[in-house]
Amino acid sequence: MIAPVFFYSALIVMIGAFLSVLRVLFGPTVPDRVVGVDTLNTLIVAGMVLLGAAYDRTIYIDIAIVYALLSYIGTLAIARYLQGGLE
Amino acid sequence: MIEYVIYAFLAINIIFNLLGSFSLHRFPDVYTRLHGATKCTTFGTIFAVLAVVTHALYRLKVTGDPKYLQMALHSGVALVALLLTNPTGAHAIAKAAHLSGVKPAKAVIDAYEEKLRGEAQ
Amino acid sequence: MSFIIVFMWSFVLWLVLTAGTKGMLWSAEELVAGVVFSLIVGYATRNIIGEKADRFLSPSKWVGFVVYSLGPLFWGMTKANLDVAYRVITGKIKPGIVRVPVDLDNDAQYTILSNSITLTPGTLTIDACPEEKALYVHWIYVRDEYPESSEPISGSFEKWARRLGR
Repeated sequence: MIAPVFFYSALIVMIGAFLSVLRVLFGPTVPDRVVGVDTLNTLIVAGMVLLGAAYDRTIYIDIAIVYALLSYIGTLAIARYLQGGLE
Repeated sequence: MIEYVIYAFLAINIIFNLLGSFSLHRFPDVYTRLHGATKCTTFGTIFAVLAVVTHALYRLKVTGDPKYLQMALHSGVALVALLLTNPTGAHAIAKAAHLSGVKPAKAVIDAYEEKLRGEAQ
Repeated sequence: MSFIIVFMWSFVLWLVLTAGTKGMLWSAEELVAGVVFSLIVGYATRNIIGEKADRFLSPSKWVGFVVYSLGPLFWGMTKANLDVAYRVITGKIKPGIVRVPVDLDNDAQYTILSNSITLTPGTLTIDACPEEKALYVHWIYVRDEYPESSEPISGSFEKWARRLGR
């Protein structure tokens, strides 16, 4: 059973995610692209939670938890690489 | 009655998440973009999770299915994970951007640059 | 000491994640698996938390965190988001990085204060320097180029951070 409100709000959140993908594509500097990826991660977590409610599947929300933690580690790794190693 | 609460939460979620992604295109440099991206998307996601929790608790009361209890608790854990990690990630990106040589555009003062230059000498 | 704390908190997290497996409560298999996995996690991370681990056990601090995050922090976030929405729509910005002297003792207090600053009106922590007792903060609309304390940046958060991170 799909609750239509949750489905359409997840759709609009995904439009926001598309806007941040544009920033990843066009960003003039590397940190700009990293900011785009960070925003994309947060929006995808929000979208997954909403889709989990829309489709009545708790497993989507579990994946959102794991995705939030792993994307944070990815962001930290890119940031460490940008600033030139562990100082 | 409870539907209108959920609609209100979802509307706030949509407005702030879209503002966050618009701010990526509206602001001139990395630091100001980080402001919009971190604050607005975190705040929007709080309300997305609140809407899902309200929905799940309402369905739990109507149907009595423990699946909805799991849904509410797991969305809460996802929210806590996001709230703990998001500002730290923003801080890491900002520091890395400054150390990798991207200067703030149109800045009236840059005390961090002065400090780094003082350490180099 | 830190083994017991990590064990306890990972078991609580396990209980939250597996509630509802038998009626509204937990089935016996889930409880046994939770104890086993919490023992493994606690043994693997026994040297990471370090000294002063018993601050995770005091109930007054838990209540303090809940009150702080529901009260001042949430109100600050609401103001911050309306402020950023205004700046996104009108494009009125005057950015700059300022040095904010703070009076804190340990790393936990710096973490709490800088995360709160990042989530609240118009400010974003760039670096924390415990050796010179200062935070470097990016401010989206600079009102004071050389602030004397953290009062114009973060309001009452410094007091809360000092109390919670002790």
